Amino acid sequence: MIRPTLSQLTRSACALAAGLLLAGSVQANPFETTLDNGMKVIVKEDRRAPSVVHMVWYGIGSMDEPDGVSGIAHMLEHMMFKGTETVGPGEFNRRVSAVGGRDNAFTGRDYTAYFQQIPPEHLEQMMMLESDRMANLKLAEDLFLPEVEVVKEERRLRTDDNPRALVFEQLMATAFQGHPYRRPIIGWMSDIEAYRMSDAQRWYDDWYAPNNATLVVVGDVAHQDVFALAEQHYGPIAARDLPDRRVTVEPAQRGPRHTVVRAPAELPFVALAWHVPTLRDPQQDRDVYALQVLSAVLDGYDGARLPRQLVRESQIAVAAGASYGGTGRGPSLFILSASPREGHTVAQVEEALLAEIRRIADDGISEAELNRVRTQAVAAQVYKRDSLMGQAMEIGFLESVGLSWRDDEVLLAGLRSVTAEEVQAVAARYFDDTTMTRAELDPLPPDGSPRRLPSPALRH
Amino acid sequence: MDAMRKTLITLGTAMLTCSGIAWAGPDIQHWEAESGARVFFVESRALPMLDIRIDFAAGSAYDPDGLEGLAGMTRALLDTGAAGLSENDISEQIADTGAAFGGGTDRDRTGFTIRTLSSQTERDAAIALAAKLLSAPDFPQAAFERERNRSIAGLREALTRPATLAARRFSSAVFGDHPYGKESTEDTLGRITRAELVDFHQRHYGARNATVTIVGDASRDEAEQIAQLLTASLPDAGPPPALDTPAMPERMLERIPHPSAQAHVAIGMPGLAREDPDYYPLLVGNHVLGGGGFTSRLTQEVRDKRGFAYSVFSFFHPHQVRGPFQIGLQTRGSQTEAALEVVEDVLAAFIAEGPTEDEVQAARDNLINGFGLRLDANSKILDHVAMIAFYRLPLDWLETYTGHVAEVDAAAIQDAFARRIRPEHLVIVVAGGDGDRGPEGDAASEAATGGAGAR
Repeated sequence: MIRPTLSQLTRSACALAAGLLLAGSVQANPFETTLDNGMKVIVKEDRRAPSVVHMVWYGIGSMDEPDGVSGIAHMLEHMMFKGTETVGPGEFNRRVSAVGGRDNAFTGRDYTAYFQQIPPEHLEQMMMLESDRMANLKLAEDLFLPEVEVVKEERRLRTDDNPRALVFEQLMATAFQGHPYRRPIIGWMSDIEAYRMSDAQRWYDDWYAPNNATLVVVGDVAHQDVFALAEQHYGPIAARDLPDRRVTVEPAQRGPRHTVVRAPAELPFVALAWHVPTLRDPQQDRDVYALQVLSAVLDGYDGARLPRQLVRESQIAVAAGASYGGTGRGPSLFILSASPREGHTVAQVEEALLAEIRRIADDGISEAELNRVRTQAVAAQVYKRDSLMGQAMEIGFLESVGLSWRDDEVLLAGLRSVTAEEVQAVAARYFDDTTMTRAELDPLPPDGSPRRLPSPALRH
Repeated sequence: MDAMRKTLITLGTAMLTCSGIAWAGPDIQHWEAESGARVFFVESRALPMLDIRIDFAAGSAYDPDGLEGLAGMTRALLDTGAAGLSENDISEQIADTGAAFGGGTDRDRTGFTIRTLSSQTERDAAIALAAKLLSAPDFPQAAFERERNRSIAGLREALTRPATLAARRFSSAVFGDHPYGKESTEDTLGRITRAELVDFHQRHYGARNATVTIVGDASRDEAEQIAQLLTASLPDAGPPPALDTPAMPERMLERIPHPSAQAHVAIGMPGLAREDPDYYPLLVGNHVLGGGGFTSRLTQEVRDKRGFAYSVFSFFHPHQVRGPFQIGLQTRGSQTEAALEVVEDVLAAFIAEGPTEDEVQAARDNLINGFGLRLDANSKILDHVAMIAFYRLPLDWLETYTGHVAEVDAAAIQDAFARRIRPEHLVIVVAGGDGDRGPEGDAASEAATGGAGAR
């Protein structure tokens, strides 16, 4: 427990510790090892405060699901809190809470991850709990069925009642026809309704193995200690053969595609997406870095081209943006989006978005814009070190998409070395309407919009 | 520059290790700037960056009647022109220094945040620019009209969402005519003029109405200069008059129709002030009730046992005077009544019997053992210290926090909840869910006759 009085005692030890660390291995941080069972362990020492993030990333996400059980990766993630042979339902959360921690989990297209943030002295207990549910999960119908209802509510909240989310769900389902990125992470409602407990059990049995997992620990720890604890708690779990991963390659798009969502909303909205490259070789894939810079020039800061031209100058849009990640196990999209201002149309903002790409393809970008993007990238590299969770997320994310935490500096260098000519070249190369998908939100007329009716107050 | 930064990081990491061994909360230095602004500084050399937050008592509670939305719009327009710089000049200068400006308004506060590298060139440029935005905003007429139109468009869009409808009605019903109940509308936004922005800025953005919180890589001398630079040219204005305590509303249930699948439910009443004799019993008690995430009673009863909601929670949001106590959840429209019944049962039992000693122990354990985790980053320290600064809490507020929590027992919680959370003052708002009820659904007709809701 942390008591104010203790701080006085330890302050005098500061000079000594400072000397040790200066001579030490800050430059080698993070540290990596692999257990005999194939589980990778990555530790980043950040000893600013008595706090540790402990995460386990499994190398499976919604893209690995078979048709008919879309969202089962996410459903199983929920069930991972429902108990094991020795830890009762809800007990996991209670133990994390008791030591002052917080915990949760998330599922993506490429990965499923579990985390706890705790005081360092409780790291071992987290490893006991997390390794236990890697091997000994116990599913039960009386806990499974209510949790399916929870997931249905989650889908209603995130997607069904959220018109923009519906647009992006349709955008993915239209832009991808073969690759599993076409399915929503949370799953189609009809699939969720049809889940059987055996579906979740099979998913767990297939994929929850140490050789499909990466442990990431960031915070106030010594890496040697973490390696030893990991060996002790995760080491005994046997490696297993994983199923074949047979992922459909998205067939080439041969013409523009369109989809429209009608839902209760006020503002129309349009998103345009193009198939573009994904980073596979951090040394070679120049187009990815150039597309990242293009995205930043369009929408990387307040006065970037899209908000400046569409929102401030011509004032035809109330919002406009660009998005491109460039990393992932699967293929990437470059997305432009905008909402027209009242009195303007979706067609007008769409034309304006395309015009900004054409302008860069024709005239290029300025050195000032390029420098601005570089400056922001360098500053972000410093800022991200403030958050333990952010640092752990970045390591886990890079590992999950086929890259390495070791690529961090290479990725920054790649971005910083992009030239104006390269940005102009990708703007000219990738934005043909043959590979474009257009998704539009068509707001439902006023009878679908809310009216507040006087309703009787009820006293009881 | 890279080599220099690495040295700074190395040095900083080593030095901070020690305060990490036994974390007692940040060492807050406090003084008053020459300008009259109150300054709070935490030196933290671990990273070559600086976080700054300036707060004014200029939240929506200070919107003049009929001009609701003015505080928010004044804040939003600061970076559209200042000291002769155009909007584009400003956004490019921010981006060129690698800085990030942020902030916003809540009921009590208008905040302005600066995150910058601590290297002198970048830092000085960011702070000089921020000082211009805060002290000499031009509020250009064209940008003002554009942003007002965007605000109205944004409001119209938000009003199509059941979450917004529930939140706005809940707030106005809980606080009634009290300034905390103010909500902007298309009318009030349309009535605001540029002159009102200028006037609001002059009356509220005064140095004597400001707190400056600085966390990061700077010396005391540098922090003193930064605080003075940021506040020296602010208007001459002091704090606004104190707010009254909100009156208690009469119990009510209101339904707002919306074709969504889920009903958004908000239940509550005025709750806690920042300085409040019941602060710790209500804080610890709420952790048991619905603040403790997965372990809370509401989550167990509503989510885990019945699958009624993905998210169900309760919170006290302490304000200058009593801010909202709220229970919230979203559930499919056709099971709204069943979910409401569970929530009311949980709340009634909690008020009548209080938590068990085991539950209180678990809540205390989490709050006390997790204390250090809530201060493990500069951004988190900034938020906490700015809160202490703005609300004039004791400088040792963080250091005494765990001790106060440790003293709370089940009897104190039961006593505080029974006195403070009164069923006769409970406001219940339900928005949406009509898409999950039949065209002549039971729930809809019940609502029409006023018979729905919890028993």
